Amino acid sequence: MLNGKPVRLTGDRERMLLWALRSDLSLTGAKYGCGEGYCGACTVLVNKEAVRSCQFPLKDVEGKEVLTIEGLAKNGDLHLLQKAFIEHDALQCGFCTPGMILNAYSLLLKNPQPSRQEIIQGMEENLCRCGAHTRIVQAIQAAAKEMKRRR
Amino acid sequence: MKKDEYLDLDFKDFPSPAPLSRRDFLKLTGGGIIIFFSVGEAWPFQEESRQRRRGFDYPEDFNAYLRIHEDGRVSCFTGKIEMGQGVITSLAQELAEELDVSLDTVDMVMGDTDLCPWDMGTFGSLTTRFFGPALRAAAAEARAVLIELAADYLKSPIERLGVKDGVVFDESRKEHKVTYAKLAQGKMIERHLKKKPPVKKSSEFTVIGKPTRRTDSLDKVTGKAKFAGDIRLPGMLYARILRPPIHGAKLKSVDTSAANDIKGVQVIQAGDLISVLHECPDEAEKALRKIKTQFDLPEATVDDQTIFDHLLKVAPEGEIVDQGGNLESGWKLASAIFEETYLNSYVAHSPIEPHTAIAEVKENKATVWASTQTPFGAKEEIAEVLGIPSQNVRIITPFVGGGFGGKTANKQAVEAARLAKLAAKPVQVAWTRTEEFFNDTFRPAAVVKIKSGIDDSGKIVFWDYIVYFAGERGSQHFYDIPHHRTVSTGGGWRGIPGAHPFGTGAWRAPGNNTNTHARESQIDIMASKAGLDPFEFRLKNLKDKRMIRVLEAAADKFGWTPAKAPSGRGYGLSCGIDAGTYVATMAEVEVDRQQGKVQVKQVVCAQDMGLSINPEGAKLQMEGCITMGLGYALTEEIHFKGGEIFDLNFDTYEIPRFSWLPKIETVLIDAQESPVQGGGEPAIINMGGVIANAIYDAIGVRLYQLPMTPERVRSQALKT
Repeated sequence: MLNGKPVRLTGDRERMLLWALRSDLSLTGAKYGCGEGYCGACTVLVNKEAVRSCQFPLKDVEGKEVLTIEGLAKNGDLHLLQKAFIEHDALQCGFCTPGMILNAYSLLLKNPQPSRQEIIQGMEENLCRCGAHTRIVQAIQAAAKEMKRRR
Repeated sequence: MKKDEYLDLDFKDFPSPAPLSRRDFLKLTGGGIIIFFSVGEAWPFQEESRQRRRGFDYPEDFNAYLRIHEDGRVSCFTGKIEMGQGVITSLAQELAEELDVSLDTVDMVMGDTDLCPWDMGTFGSLTTRFFGPALRAAAAEARAVLIELAADYLKSPIERLGVKDGVVFDESRKEHKVTYAKLAQGKMIERHLKKKPPVKKSSEFTVIGKPTRRTDSLDKVTGKAKFAGDIRLPGMLYARILRPPIHGAKLKSVDTSAANDIKGVQVIQAGDLISVLHECPDEAEKALRKIKTQFDLPEATVDDQTIFDHLLKVAPEGEIVDQGGNLESGWKLASAIFEETYLNSYVAHSPIEPHTAIAEVKENKATVWASTQTPFGAKEEIAEVLGIPSQNVRIITPFVGGGFGGKTANKQAVEAARLAKLAAKPVQVAWTRTEEFFNDTFRPAAVVKIKSGIDDSGKIVFWDYIVYFAGERGSQHFYDIPHHRTVSTGGGWRGIPGAHPFGTGAWRAPGNNTNTHARESQIDIMASKAGLDPFEFRLKNLKDKRMIRVLEAAADKFGWTPAKAPSGRGYGLSCGIDAGTYVATMAEVEVDRQQGKVQVKQVVCAQDMGLSINPEGAKLQMEGCITMGLGYALTEEIHFKGGEIFDLNFDTYEIPRFSWLPKIETVLIDAQESPVQGGGEPAIINMGGVIANAIYDAIGVRLYQLPMTPERVRSQALKT
């Protein structure tokens, strides 16, 4: 399942998920940043767990649910995290943003009310070169708060 | 126009034009300068600059900048590109303000060489200072023309007409109105005014100066935003290119037969360009690994330890950037003399998006989507390499995933264009992270030597400054010193032949990070010796009112209280000028003396940037500068031996992370009546100096070399 729809891929099972998403399926939201799992620009969710799609072979997603940034908004409604990123200007060039949002989403699934310190720890392996970090932390805090309010 | 000609000039730093006379301007830049637009008669340098640009200029016809569509939306055309710095928002604000349309009706068309007016490139914090005024003038003229058309249409006198949100109405009969869309009907407007209308005064602003959220966020949080690597063309192939193992290596032999055996691989060999193409990027990668090569490797003569001695040895005699008084007289006045040397290593740009381009070449016409800061430069480069007229080349710049000066070099776009021509198919060249590090034009390693002296009262009496290989930007001090000389040598950030073992280039606020670190460290060393608080010592030696104002604003926000360093508190400060903007930064650090680890706890930055178009965007840039600047201050450096680069990914090349985050507070000085200055670079220049000074204040250990890694802090701490 990819963003809620069944998808069948044929070919090399050792291929990395990132390339299948970007070239075969034209889902270009997940980005290539470093190719070795250091930067997190390629982050997607597999069974609600954030993974580095540049290091994640296709054989390991068989029968599982994959979520990319293109699938986060539901019926045209942005996810609260997406809204919070917009409201806080929590991005600059935007290249790391899909990975940031999906990593934060996975973090909030596991820990809906993270402390600032837990957010920082959870986001530590996602790199941003523009220096939007301060706003990203604020956006995640705001989204978590709003999610709690709605619950 | 050759790349060198336009790039060289534009990383020089100079303030915005309005308050300068021609003579002042020439004095500042040493003559032979270039000016970037020619709207109105205000520019005395037009002819000179036009010659330098061989006829290239910002157009006078406002139609080049904007188009009003039949649906009422307005397109704004600019050769500038969006790489995170936020001009997609601030330029739209300027257009909306002068045209009197609502901001959300403006669509930005950026960096498309077929649609947008010529532009030198997006760098040097020039957009808001130089393109902004041209755009505002064009929009003001368009507004005046539309009002003339409305007067005809409504049969009302011009004086009675007002505009709001793109609707012209008769002030006396508000129902008597017509939209811009109706008047323009999506066509170019062929009516021009004899007299150019003035742009609005700041008291009339309703859009400019208002904190405004980024307009590109929706696309960027949903994955819709397209970067160069996201463009898909029918039949496109992905390229991987053979690179030498080290800079300066010569290819002796190559065997591509095993790569050729992979199904669907196309091998291209054209002179120095050896590449494998495949419809899957990962297959192309596999094929590349199968190419067998032998290289002649040059012997390494220099490495990251010996580079500084090497640079001092090969440095030519410098040029005097600024001088006053008489150094000998200054020496005689001094009661304490300081001679120090400051070093900084090579630093990578490392935007998260590596250099990427996709090219299509058909019937002698090339279209290239590129991650570039210089689309018009790329156009000329590609035309030259393909041997076609430049009007046959179109560069389209999608969103750029960070640039910082590194994407003024368009090597990947040229490679894509060559390969697309040879393969007769669209070809994407997307550098891997390793290629990005290997091919980067690093911020140069540099040395600064300063001799200075103070008298018994703590006044600086002389200042003898020489910067090697960083460039002169930010080298001129702004303190009140009677006897001083500033010299720059080594050809600036590009260097001279034989200086650097690999490419160097402009890195965010080129030269100024190096110069400000050295100057502000030296100031602190003198303050400490004089037994004065570093903030008070600066005030004592400053007459520049703008600088005093930003320093005081920073001190207020920070809650600075006077103490002689080292006070044990870990407080530091640094101030500087870049792109016409004044910046003062104060920081608090915590230093683990045993481990050498430095944690920056708090940063306060005050900035006087004149008129701020989008204060929220300006603050975002300041925060970005502060966070990015932690990297060159604390960890970022390229390790190498000869042409071999050891840092090729983010495992060893450490850029700032979330856990490094200090509490950041920014202050914008209210200067909405002053000319607009730069915003994308200034706040980064203080980060080396402010942290070096704070470390000294914390533990009494002075670091003279950037970055201030745990090893360096530790070993320096052991010595003191």
